[in-house]
Amino acid sequence: MAVMRMAVRYIRNEILVLPTRVIGVLFVITLLLLPLLTQDMYILRILAIASIFAIFAASWDLLSGFVGQVSFGHALFFGVAAYTTALLNLRLGWSPVITIPIGALAAVLVGLLVGIPCLRLKGPYLGLATLAFPIMLMGIIFVFPGFFGGELGISGITRLAALRIHEYYISVVLMLVLCFIMWKITDSKIGIIFHAIREDEIAVRASGINTIRYKLLAFCLSGFFAGIAGGLFTHFLRIAGPSMLAVLMSFQAIIWTIFGGIVTIYGAVAGVFILYPTLEMLRAAAEYRMLIFALIILLVLRVMPEGITTFVRDKIERECPRCKVRNAVTRKECRVCFADMR
Amino acid sequence: MLSDILVYGLMNGAVYAMLAVGFSLIFGAARIINLAHTAFFMVGAYAVFYTGTSMALHPVIAIPLSILVVTLIGVVVYFVFMEPIREHETAVLIITVAVALVFQELILIVFGGHYRGVSSIVSGYISPMGIRISYQYLLTIGVVSLSLVAVWLVLMKTRLGVAIRSSAQDREIANLMGMNVANIAAATMALSVGLAAIAGVMVAPLYTLEPHMWLDPLVLVLAIVILGGLGSIKGSFVGALILAFIEVTVVFTMPGGAFLKVAIALAIMLVILVVRPEGLYGVYLEGER
Repeated sequence: MAVMRMAVRYIRNEILVLPTRVIGVLFVITLLLLPLLTQDMYILRILAIASIFAIFAASWDLLSGFVGQVSFGHALFFGVAAYTTALLNLRLGWSPVITIPIGALAAVLVGLLVGIPCLRLKGPYLGLATLAFPIMLMGIIFVFPGFFGGELGISGITRLAALRIHEYYISVVLMLVLCFIMWKITDSKIGIIFHAIREDEIAVRASGINTIRYKLLAFCLSGFFAGIAGGLFTHFLRIAGPSMLAVLMSFQAIIWTIFGGIVTIYGAVAGVFILYPTLEMLRAAAEYRMLIFALIILLVLRVMPEGITTFVRDKIERECPRCKVRNAVTRKECRVCFADMR
Repeated sequence: MLSDILVYGLMNGAVYAMLAVGFSLIFGAARIINLAHTAFFMVGAYAVFYTGTSMALHPVIAIPLSILVVTLIGVVVYFVFMEPIREHETAVLIITVAVALVFQELILIVFGGHYRGVSSIVSGYISPMGIRISYQYLLTIGVVSLSLVAVWLVLMKTRLGVAIRSSAQDREIANLMGMNVANIAAATMALSVGLAAIAGVMVAPLYTLEPHMWLDPLVLVLAIVILGGLGSIKGSFVGALILAFIEVTVVFTMPGGAFLKVAIALAIMLVILVVRPEGLYGVYLEGER
């Protein structure tokens, strides 16, 4: 009974007071309960893929948004994990439970390999140098078509789970858990150092913090999460192809994250869950699909250059001028320090 | 084979230099990473296809008209989509990708996805020492070199050039000295898109036109620009020649070279970048560490 009362008080005092938190909780509940309403294969498939891409986009945000190490070649992690997973599954017959973590570890290793030579590069130099890695790997894949499957990729991989609904729950729950972990990382002491490295790396180094270690940590963490997304995607589509390393794949992560709102993690998730289903729905428009999609991005970013979640958040919430706690825009006084909000 | 490498290397180098210099200019003056840059190159090529082949205008009219129209499009895109949100750098980056996608899709809808060709402006060839070089190659190399010299003169000898270079060095100080940095950026955008358009128009008879032709040059231009040093015109020029010759040599000498050409060019770029993190001629500017 006491627990119930505490739970009710928590929900009323911590969630219902802020519209963005209500939206977030509603989003999670909807995703988890959706299969009760519809068992439509197509909808479940789109949402599962969106979940996988959300992990991918959020991992880009962790590296590029928070640490400021802008990467234009994030597909590298995705693709390496995808190919590792596919080869282990096909050649050795290992199950997804083992192949996906090993794929993610391979992506971490690649993150280290890429991170070390890139440590000296800054800003646009880093971004454009990272662009090179997936393209180089793609060249290698085309040169050894026997082993990597060349243009067609590696197909005939086992499914993530036997039933579509199981696949849906694996993707969605993993997405929620991993994005929550990423969000918590950015909120922790490490996250503060990440922020500081983005703002002024020399100042951080002057404060006695080994920035090299933290930058490599960021590459590894981001590679790990992107790698899990790559492995999941491979087992979901049952194919690993060169398109997973393409420039477009890297840019998709950037487009989703910036559209949703950079340096937020939840913005990346929102971006994917808005743009990916939109792109699917636009299949009705046939040849105008990509044109409409590009125009949507163009116009939305023109109006809300800081991203859709940041824009909406600033419209429905305000920061208390005295204690800097966020309040719903309708409140006349701050919910914590009762300062006048008008 | 050596002569092929020389001719194609020079030719590709000239075109890449043209694209990279334009990319460098707008990055320097406005700090915009314009990923739509090679899309303007593609639009230039299609514009000359439309005016020259579909409307059957004489090349003397068709070529300047195409360059002018593409430059105008570039300036309009700059004022409508980039200038108002210039301080949100990431948003501008994605907007340039979206602009490139819009161009690609519009071309796909208007011209279809087939491979298109434009007939040469001049026909015939010369063969000094048994090397066959068509006049179109010579014309392209000539026009590109002339344009590069013209840009160099504009940057070094005119008031606009001084303004562009000073706003590239320090935008705020340039603004304090009474320059209208927004208009300078717009003029730089016109210059940069104009260069891309000239390149597109000149190579239209030599390349096959298709709606995805902007992607491969884009990757190379990005590599060239950071190899040479961001914002450095000289660096872009040298970087373009280096990468073009590497690319052409790989294609002509290695088995499976067509798959590996970009990969090897990028690997060499990375090696140079590890040794010199700011590129060949780049400098870290004060306050942008």
